[in-house]
Amino acid sequence: MRYLPLTPDDRAAMLAAVGAASIDDLFADVPAEARLSGPIPGLPMHASELAVERHMAALSRQSRVAGDGPFFLGAGAYRHHVPASVDHLIQRGEFLTAYTPYQPEIAQGTLQMLFEFQSQVARLFGTDVANASMYDGSTACWEAIVMARRITRRGKALLSTGLHPHYRSVARTMATYTGDTLVDGDPTLEPGTDWAALSRAIDKDTSCVVVQYPDILGRIDDMSALAEACQAAGALLIAVVTEPVALGLIKAPGEMGADIVVGEGQAIGVGLQFGGPYVGLFACKSKYVRQMPGRLCGETVDANGKRGFVLTLSTREQHIRREKATSNICTNSGLCALAFSIHMTLLGEAGLRRLAAINHQRAKAAATELAKVPGVSLLNAAFFNEFTLVLPTEARPVIHRLAEKGILGGVSLGRLYPDNDALANGLAVAVTETVTEDDIAAFAAALKEVLA
Amino acid sequence: MTALNPAGWRPEMNAGGADDSTTFTGNRALMLEEPLLFEIGSTETTGVDFDEDVAAADLGPLARSAPIGLPGLSESETVRHYTRLSRQNYAIDLGLFPLGSCTMKHNPRLNEKVARMPGFADVHPLQPQETVQGAYAVIHELAEWLVTLTGMHAVAMSPKAGAHGELCGVLCIKAALAARGEDRRVLLVPESAHGTNPATAAFAGFTVEDIPANAEGRVDLAALEERLGPDVAGVMITNPNTCGLFERDLKAISDAVHAAGGYIYCDGANFNAIVGRVRPGDLGVDAMHINLHKTFSTPHGGGGPGSGPVVLSAALAPFAPLPFVTKDGDRFRLIEEENAGEAHPDSFGRMTAFHGQMGMFTRALAYILSHGADGLKQVSEDAVINANYVLRSLEDVLEAPFAASGPCMHEALFSDKGLAEGFSTLDIAKGLIDEGYHPMTVYFPLVVHGAMLIEPTETESKAVLDQFIGALRSIALRAKNGDPALKSAPHFAPRARLDETLAARKPVLRWEG
Repeated sequence: MRYLPLTPDDRAAMLAAVGAASIDDLFADVPAEARLSGPIPGLPMHASELAVERHMAALSRQSRVAGDGPFFLGAGAYRHHVPASVDHLIQRGEFLTAYTPYQPEIAQGTLQMLFEFQSQVARLFGTDVANASMYDGSTACWEAIVMARRITRRGKALLSTGLHPHYRSVARTMATYTGDTLVDGDPTLEPGTDWAALSRAIDKDTSCVVVQYPDILGRIDDMSALAEACQAAGALLIAVVTEPVALGLIKAPGEMGADIVVGEGQAIGVGLQFGGPYVGLFACKSKYVRQMPGRLCGETVDANGKRGFVLTLSTREQHIRREKATSNICTNSGLCALAFSIHMTLLGEAGLRRLAAINHQRAKAAATELAKVPGVSLLNAAFFNEFTLVLPTEARPVIHRLAEKGILGGVSLGRLYPDNDALANGLAVAVTETVTEDDIAAFAAALKEVLA
Repeated sequence: MTALNPAGWRPEMNAGGADDSTTFTGNRALMLEEPLLFEIGSTETTGVDFDEDVAAADLGPLARSAPIGLPGLSESETVRHYTRLSRQNYAIDLGLFPLGSCTMKHNPRLNEKVARMPGFADVHPLQPQETVQGAYAVIHELAEWLVTLTGMHAVAMSPKAGAHGELCGVLCIKAALAARGEDRRVLLVPESAHGTNPATAAFAGFTVEDIPANAEGRVDLAALEERLGPDVAGVMITNPNTCGLFERDLKAISDAVHAAGGYIYCDGANFNAIVGRVRPGDLGVDAMHINLHKTFSTPHGGGGPGSGPVVLSAALAPFAPLPFVTKDGDRFRLIEEENAGEAHPDSFGRMTAFHGQMGMFTRALAYILSHGADGLKQVSEDAVINANYVLRSLEDVLEAPFAASGPCMHEALFSDKGLAEGFSTLDIAKGLIDEGYHPMTVYFPLVVHGAMLIEPTETESKAVLDQFIGALRSIALRAKNGDPALKSAPHFAPRARLDETLAARKPVLRWEG
């Protein structure tokens, strides 16, 4: 077997050296009822590299690949062009096959990268500090709600109806078991956000208000007034960013007073990957740093006075504090954080702003074209690269008809909110730099046909 | 014991510390210093070309007008920056990485190739189901392997890592208890458990109580039985445990816990020791997470991403999270919120957006198919042979507290007993760095003083282990003899020992320039 270097002679010599007559002696502590005599029945035996590659390639061909035609899906996962050097660099064995940097003297590559990543995320979000990553945006969002509870010692979180429904589901799941109170609901098909209403709903029991920016319908709004209302009431404002490219064009949540900013970093460097692995971004004001979940990398010096980096403030974490830790997270999303960081380095501020502007311009062009289709209207007053169309009929079957015509035409709100008929005609459409003018024209023409 | 490179550096050659000669650049030939991105980049520089010009956006007050402060580099500079950084890392590709409980085995490159196939890498999680049948097929095929290899009833694929899997299992237990109308608050967790176990239990609202261990390093069955009662929701147990021993009484423990109305959560971090040879389902386990980034060789990536599918017993399967993939005839179907009402009404809900770690599923499946049932059995056997070989080759020079408890499984545990005054496990770890190894897991499990937990894995040859054993033997002797040079190791790493106290006392967590 190609991954196993021990030879039969090695095994015999090593068994003899440890005083075992056979391999079974080393499994003597396994109870008799659980001992198997041979390979587990009902499973195939080993296969060559060629055979495995052939099998997996056959499965790969059974999906419609995003890049093979017009593609307009977003709703929390965005298709951007990732420069070739990103994937090359993350496959350097020294990054790919390293562990969490527990021995900093021989992990400065990972640690310096994490320090740079934290700095990039903090600046992108307009906050003081960021951690070394979470699993994804949805789990980062829940961790932020828990963190707000720890800081405020209050248990009621107000969720904007514009929060991604999966993020809301994750929060609901957890709140069921932790006893937190969530005030939430579905969005309505209106051009504006519900943030003014949220400001009025804050009370003395409110730990935090959670808003998404841009929100699930693509709407953007100024959160400064909401931040002031939170501050006045002793609650925290948590902003969730699922499309970080937007922050090359629109104000960062931290600039508008958000206390905790979390997000999904997938759009930068990581790729679609059918939903994972992604990279959760987590940032906050520096006064809350000791309540943060997850790993933090910090600067220090070595015994010779040279600058170096280590994992720090570990007394928050499970391997030290056990049941008193701020979170149970251990392994996070280091390699995806590296991909994010490399792509952000390639872009730089100038490139990020340009990329964001192209996305916005392309999305505006698409919105204009699609809103010309008879019966279709554009919901949003303002948006970045994703907007909501209101169709004259339910969007779900339309999506399938479009797919038959080779067009992946967005995410129907019916899929995201299956129980809410009032949203059934909504279609969330994302337009990135990967979409061409021909794609937009093909989508508009196909939509017109399907709706006719 | 002959070292592979007997002509190379040996500790006694340079006991006084690193050569203090300096260079103009601070570099030492192939050991290259690299500044921070923020010291070499510029906000005006970009390494990406765009095809078009754009008009100014009309976003009014929402426009981001203030400087962001994100430095950019050209592509050539970017490649060099990260390549230079990479060379300051140790990695499994460079040598033995014997971190106990972490299963740092070889990461086959076929798996990387497969994960990048466009039908897996360039598909969106919310595409219409008829357009992603191949992606669902991968999830379903891997799920069937995991269920069969563990002898369990079902598997929840969406958890993002081991600790997330623990949370999944514990929430299944909570949901099952709620369905029975019971509010049991206590989870029993051994002191030797990974820190994630008590942290997970607490995160889910349970009270954590310790289970005592017996003298041989296993759970004390009698003490456990004594503690069971109507307030105990279950037990979180690691098998093989973190002392590297198989929990001989696990079936008896399961029977006792089940009889008392509780459930067994098994931490599957150490599944590599028994994969293909023992099915946890045969031992009465109700839920166990599987770290695909350990047993099934998906790369650790310097701290993730992981993937932690949770196999479940028939008792807990109805409560598994959404979404998941089922097969109807020759078509695959996703069960999510809109159809869960009929298909899976008792689910405790969603743990994450989307389907879990698809990129890890493809890698793990390629690895499993490569090994097959016969190869996986050989994996666990070779992992156990290698660990026992390390244990028995070093027990005369390092104290092995459970050497008399029988064979170890996939990892060998030593303590710091017998080292010279003032010398610690940390010194041995740093000495190993100078010898070209990543150190073992240190100071864990907590039940052993100055613990050193060594997991060689099955992908190391006998020659590599012989050299490692020789190196560790020499370092252990230096620690026993009080060699002062060991106190300042490492001498040959990119950095000497780092001041962790300073880092925590005055945290600098971002570039301030």
